[in-house]
Amino acid sequence: MISRGERVANYVILSAFAAFALFPIVTILSAALGPADTGGTSGFGNFAAAWEIGHFGTYLRSSLLVSGFVVIVSVVLSIMSGYAFGTMRFRGQSALFYLFLLGIMMPSEAIAVPLYFDLRTLGLIDTFWSVTLPQVALSVAFGTFWMRAYFRASNRAIVEAARIDGASSWRILWRVLLPPARPAVVTLTLLIFMWTWNEFLIPLIMVTSESLRTAPLGLAFFQGQYTSGFTLLAAGSVIVATPVVIFYLFLQRHFVRGLLQGAVRE
Amino acid sequence: MTQRSGAARPPGEPRRVAYLYLLPAFLVYAAFLLYPIGRAVHLSFFDWDGLSLGRWAGLDNYVAIVTDEGLRAAFGHALVLIVFYAVVPLAVGLALAAILHHAKVRGLGFFRTVVFLPQVIAMVVVAVAWRRIYAPDGTLNALLGALGLDSLTRGWLGDHTFALPSVGVVGTWFETGLVTVLLLAGMSRIPGELYEAARLDGAGAVKEFFAVTLPSVRGEIAVALTLTVIAALRTFDLVYVTTRGGPGDSTSVPSYEVYHRAFGLSQVGSAAAIGVTLTIVIFAISFGINRFADRSTT
Repeated sequence: MISRGERVANYVILSAFAAFALFPIVTILSAALGPADTGGTSGFGNFAAAWEIGHFGTYLRSSLLVSGFVVIVSVVLSIMSGYAFGTMRFRGQSALFYLFLLGIMMPSEAIAVPLYFDLRTLGLIDTFWSVTLPQVALSVAFGTFWMRAYFRASNRAIVEAARIDGASSWRILWRVLLPPARPAVVTLTLLIFMWTWNEFLIPLIMVTSESLRTAPLGLAFFQGQYTSGFTLLAAGSVIVATPVVIFYLFLQRHFVRGLLQGAVRE
Repeated sequence: MTQRSGAARPPGEPRRVAYLYLLPAFLVYAAFLLYPIGRAVHLSFFDWDGLSLGRWAGLDNYVAIVTDEGLRAAFGHALVLIVFYAVVPLAVGLALAAILHHAKVRGLGFFRTVVFLPQVIAMVVVAVAWRRIYAPDGTLNALLGALGLDSLTRGWLGDHTFALPSVGVVGTWFETGLVTVLLLAGMSRIPGELYEAARLDGAGAVKEFFAVTLPSVRGEIAVALTLTVIAALRTFDLVYVTTRGGPGDSTSVPSYEVYHRAFGLSQVGSAAAIGVTLTIVIFAISFGINRFADRSTT
């Protein structure tokens, strides 16, 4: 049995570590909610000021559009490719699958540089497509891997039954296989949303006009330009981080499961 | 892998239609990932400023990674970051997870939520927070002052000696929670009989840890190392926002060099070569770690 002293020591260690983990977050939150270091505003007034002066309203809008597009397209394409890999057999199957696996580990900095120059030649730089499509490609690599794992483990008997009933493969996917796949799809959706919302390098390289600037990019620019005090920067940081944190607090299981299992190769 | 190939293909299962389901994903993937990485390899053999005509450079850009002092330093810094991102979190994570697993403390759910939180916060926000902590008039110096350690205060990110370790500590901060939660999940799957057997053999807590717990979480350790080492090698946002590689080049890292050379110095060929090298290193490391884990579990 554990002694009383040991128990106390354990709690001290864990509390110390929790405090370490929370410390930077508390630093930002207290600065954002406290009185402004330039005077004038405090609390929610800081957020209003950051929204106005830092243009975070615009940045959130483009982040929302970019994330929405990347999430919807990536999830639909991943469901379809994962369905093919997970339930069908065809020539070149494993070679194609390994090709997709490459993308999971591919560092975006390796592809972003050549992409920039090719898209510039095509006149596509600084467009919605130059920000979203590279991120769809990166997300689809993981999504294919994720949905394939789910479909492989799904109930074959139901599929066989539906097929004998004469259902098409399209109908089997959306009407038979997908409804019970909801948890897997939710996890995938949340992960892709988080990755896209937090992505920094691709928007940094692909975007020059302010109207396409995503929230993290806007925050980095704001930090470079706005040097009078920390309050508005902290408020801006809270605005940028909040959407994903809210999803995390309510759907924590999905994030933990996805980030941990997604890494585990079979 | 072996499971499925054994299952007989039911009659009438569509074959060709599989390609149709793959096609949309594959088109985007090929155009925006496979083609660019091919282009990166191609560009890496040229000396190109991004505007005028490129000049064939052969392997010069790759040779420079070994011979150029600045680039060697960048890869060296990445190694230092691996210690902060992977080695320290693994050591701390093992200790924390062992305590949590052993002690059955209350508030485990809260603890897990808190330590995992850094994983979901945008790195730019993390960087802004830590810049504040490390600033000359920031929280860390205020803390040191309050403890009477004024002699230790400094501008942490502007200091040639301390800038890189300061960036590294941020890595330790956001990776330790991930590693702890991962190991904790692994430990919860260890059958209780193993511990009973160890206890009957008269093993103490420390011996029990090395004889039962550690070997049982080998797979989780491999996953943790793969994730954290790759994160260390891919450090970009953090360096971009906190130090931009400075002071001097004391915090330059490969990912930042890719960006800096392509868009700051107009050395696109060199940038591509660094990117390709980084990709190969990442593949080699994750393959190596997984091979090692596979071998030691069987």
